[in-house]
Amino acid sequence: MLEISDLQRRFDGRPVLRSVSMRLEPGEYVAITGESGVGKSTLLNLIAGLDRPDGGRLALDGADYGDLDEDSLTRLRRDKLGFVFQAFHILPHLTLRQNVVLPLWLKGRKGPQADREADRLLDAVGLADRADSWPRELSGGEMQRVAIARALVHAPRLILADEPTGNLDPSNAAKVLTLLAERIRASGAMGILVTHSPEAARSADRVLHLTPEGLSA
Amino acid sequence: MTLAPVFLGSLARRRTATLFSFVAILLGVALGMAVQAVNQAALSEFGRGMRTMAGAADLQVVGPRGGFDEGLYATLAARSEVAQASPVLEMRTERIGSADGLRILGIDLFAAGPVTPALLPRPAEIQDGSDRDTRLAALAEDSLFLSMAAREALQVDPGDRIQVHAEDRTLTLRVAGDLPGAPDDPRLAVMDIAAVQKHFSRIGRLTRIDLRLAGGQDAQTARAALEPLLPAGLMLEVPEAAVDQAANLSRAYRVNLTMLAAIALVTGGFLVFSAQALSVVRRHTELAFLRAIGLARRQLFLWLLAEGALVGLLGGLAGVALGHGIALGLLTLLGGDLGAGFFSGLSPTLRFSPWASAAYVLLGIGAGVAGAWLPAREAAAVAPARALKSGDDSALSGGRGVPMLSLAMLTASLPACFIPPIQGLPLGGYLAIACLLAGAVMLLPTLASMLARTLPLRGPVPARLAAARLAAAPGQSVIAATGVLASVALVAAMAIMVGSFRDSVDVWLGQILPADLYLRAGRAQSAGSLDEALQARLGKIPGVARVQFTAFESLRLEPGRAPVELLARPVSPDGDGLPLVGSARPAAKGETQIWISEAMRDLYGWRPGERVLIPLAGDEVAVQVAGVWRDYARQGGAIMMDLADYRRLTGDASVQTAAIWLAPGADGIRVGEALKSTSDSGALEVAFPGEIRERSLTIFDRTFVVTYVLEAAAVVIGLAGVAASFAALTAARRREFGMLRHLGLTRRQIGAMLALEGTLAAGVGVLGGLAAGGAISLILIEVVNRQSFHWSMDLHLPWASLLWFAGLLVALAGLAAILAGRQAMREDALLAVREDW
Ligand SMILES: Nc1ncnc2c1ncn2[C@@H]1O[C@H](COP(=O)(O)OP(=O)(O)OP(=O)(O)O)[C@@H](O)[C@H]1O
Ligand SMILES: [Mg+2]
Repeated sequence: MLEISDLQRRFDGRPVLRSVSMRLEPGEYVAITGESGVGKSTLLNLIAGLDRPDGGRLALDGADYGDLDEDSLTRLRRDKLGFVFQAFHILPHLTLRQNVVLPLWLKGRKGPQADREADRLLDAVGLADRADSWPRELSGGEMQRVAIARALVHAPRLILADEPTGNLDPSNAAKVLTLLAERIRASGAMGILVTHSPEAARSADRVLHLTPEGLSA
Repeated sequence: MTLAPVFLGSLARRRTATLFSFVAILLGVALGMAVQAVNQAALSEFGRGMRTMAGAADLQVVGPRGGFDEGLYATLAARSEVAQASPVLEMRTERIGSADGLRILGIDLFAAGPVTPALLPRPAEIQDGSDRDTRLAALAEDSLFLSMAAREALQVDPGDRIQVHAEDRTLTLRVAGDLPGAPDDPRLAVMDIAAVQKHFSRIGRLTRIDLRLAGGQDAQTARAALEPLLPAGLMLEVPEAAVDQAANLSRAYRVNLTMLAAIALVTGGFLVFSAQALSVVRRHTELAFLRAIGLARRQLFLWLLAEGALVGLLGGLAGVALGHGIALGLLTLLGGDLGAGFFSGLSPTLRFSPWASAAYVLLGIGAGVAGAWLPAREAAAVAPARALKSGDDSALSGGRGVPMLSLAMLTASLPACFIPPIQGLPLGGYLAIACLLAGAVMLLPTLASMLARTLPLRGPVPARLAAARLAAAPGQSVIAATGVLASVALVAAMAIMVGSFRDSVDVWLGQILPADLYLRAGRAQSAGSLDEALQARLGKIPGVARVQFTAFESLRLEPGRAPVELLARPVSPDGDGLPLVGSARPAAKGETQIWISEAMRDLYGWRPGERVLIPLAGDEVAVQVAGVWRDYARQGGAIMMDLADYRRLTGDASVQTAAIWLAPGADGIRVGEALKSTSDSGALEVAFPGEIRERSLTIFDRTFVVTYVLEAAAVVIGLAGVAASFAALTAARRREFGMLRHLGLTRRQIGAMLALEGTLAAGVGVLGGLAAGGAISLILIEVVNRQSFHWSMDLHLPWASLLWFAGLLVALAGLAAILAGRQAMREDALLAVREDW
């Protein structure tokens, strides 16, 4: 369960998030939309623990971010969060399987069993036969599918996706969004999809709008 | 190790840059290892030789080269502290007509047995018809026993005869056998002591007494008890001291070479730094992504260090292997002294030392880690949220430099110059050099942006783009330039130092060799000498206008220190004609005055005007120091005194060399022939100053061959730095090039832009390097050389070659930049823009 209450963030004295509150139940998948510059990525960074709020409270499964130091936040990301980025961030010098298994490596798990889990997820995103290929050979849509597999491989509690289709053409974007929603639901994790496209937002269970005033349905 | 593929795999992706870093560390480690291995081989060989000589002796009585009265032997042998005393008369001589040196040890066969058994001769069975008893052969007056190495060097067999210098005569000796206990020294020969005394006119003289102490006697107590029995100028030494003295003499030279190799290694570290710094910039988002998905800051830092360490480890391992190869080559080509003449005559063999090798591998790792440190720290400090957003290399660090800190470092080098030598090593000088180099590198960004601001923004597009880039991101150009700066500084410093040194030696040779001809009976330090009758004959030869004689002796002034050379020749009371340093303070009439070399001043603390005691002919003689002269020949110190004084004080009228001035119109060659024929059998040698000078300068140049090798390596490393940096930079800028190609720039124009960027970056490095090198050369001349070798020199700037070198390096850097950029430019333009990596 993710709880956010009265979250605030200012940059150089300029308030970007004034008061954001929301609650995410286990298994829930929401989309957050809003105008460019309204603070969607800022909010996601706070949820990811990559940035600290100026006020308010954040808690994942009962763990209050305010009580966690940087190392604990890093561990929290490693164990409980999965990420899908607009720019994919697939490492070019690793094979697809190695890219997907990376979060398991970070947790210190290496070996055939970790590889099997990666292969299972590659299979789920339809790239089972490409496990030993290099990222260079992939299209943008395929890269994002690899990223989705990577975001889920370590069975995270919460998946964060910031404009995952921003670099994709519409038909590829649709496929990736369907796949993302399907995989998140299959895993039973919570999901937050940030996007400014209404169609994209519809792939989630519920849609929230971020405005300078806060989040609203 | 789970993340190894993520980080170390990235090294493989940056193949070119990684390779250059590897090569740089490899060269640095290899050179250091080679110098170390050669020195080690030479030193252990030398030490082994000395131990054979000394055998079981606990103490040795040593004195001037001219020897001392053998009466002391009987006195010591009768003492209760002494179990056995063995008298030795050592004569250094040469085979007639060759430069093959020979150390003939005259020993008492019966006394030597228990003390120095290694020196005992083994008579060979000689079938020459005579039925001499071979056991008595050792006592025969003309019997000479050679070590196996000496027999090989001289190419003689038992029964053969060889001729050597003895005084101004020729002495014919018969090879009677070998020395089974001391096979390795190519100059060692043993004879019966009485025969040596007779042949070399040293009746009643000894040069050494080896002592074995009675059981239960420790060396220190015995030494204290026996010391009062010795006449002035004689010392009791523990045999190891001789090894130490030789090691000490060459130590400064060895340390200097090692420092040069270290600078090469430091340059290698800079290369790793530039490669890692650029790779971190390039992997900005990649690293941010890893942090975002849960890689801890510390882990990231450690892994980035591990990348550097791996390059260092590989470079270190390969470097140690290559270093041993180089050492083998150097030993075969130049011998154990690397051309410096400290160990001539030894034939050392290379031995693999696991500890030294491990140390050098560690140094390689150290260089890799040190180079990776700053970039890793910077990468770990980056906030991932922001880096993820920026998404490309727009986050290049500007690198404005730290002017205050760099100025502080530069200033700190000044006081470091005044630190006195520590154990004879110029550590303060090295510290000053390190401060200077570090300060100069840190000042580079400031220098670069200052320079960039003066660049005009006009001309063809590539030029404008290049200049704009240097102005906007001097940090990157500076990274490419650090290696250049370090290597240029090293080369410039060495070039100026060696140039000044050579120039000073040349001038000095002219000053100390003012005559037209020089005559000697064998080498100046050998058994050859010119007696009074001969001296008189020389002056009467037609064509000779003036003759000046020099007598050589060696004195022991302090135990544990190498002997000091005494030169006695006519010296004018005000020191005119000597290569004086500073002004003379001639003594009052009636005082005996001496002139000391710079090494005497530094080692013994003697000053002009001071009255000191020197041991001459068994007595302490009070003399006054009248001035200091420059001497590049005798690192252990030298004293010059007037020949008349010397004769008056010692009663010894024989001399070793004669300097001859020709009468106007006389033919040097013909006079030389006439001079030679004043003595019977060709035992006299004539040399012209020109030849001596040439030979000296050849030896000088040979000494510095190794430093040229080290300099060349540093330059290669510096250039590799430019190439590596630009390879990394251009790879990161593929998209920029793709975009420029879309805008309509030709490949050629992009090439020109890269060349210009490379030239500008290298130019900045070269400028900084020349300035730093000039300053370092001053430290080398005024601090390092003064403290290591105790000689001064006059500054001489080899302008022309420095400018050539700088120009060439800048051009090569431009070329390296183009070559490095080639790969990136080959990329299809469209692909390059789309490509995300
Ligand atoms: N580190 C920062 N320092 C200063 N200002 C920041 C920082 N990060 C974000 N901002 C500002 O905060 C505001 C919100 O930025 P944010 O990236 O969250 O917008 P967004 O909703 O994700 O926009 P888009 O849809 O374009 O991605 C912007 O005005 C941005 O300039
Ligand atoms: Mg955003």
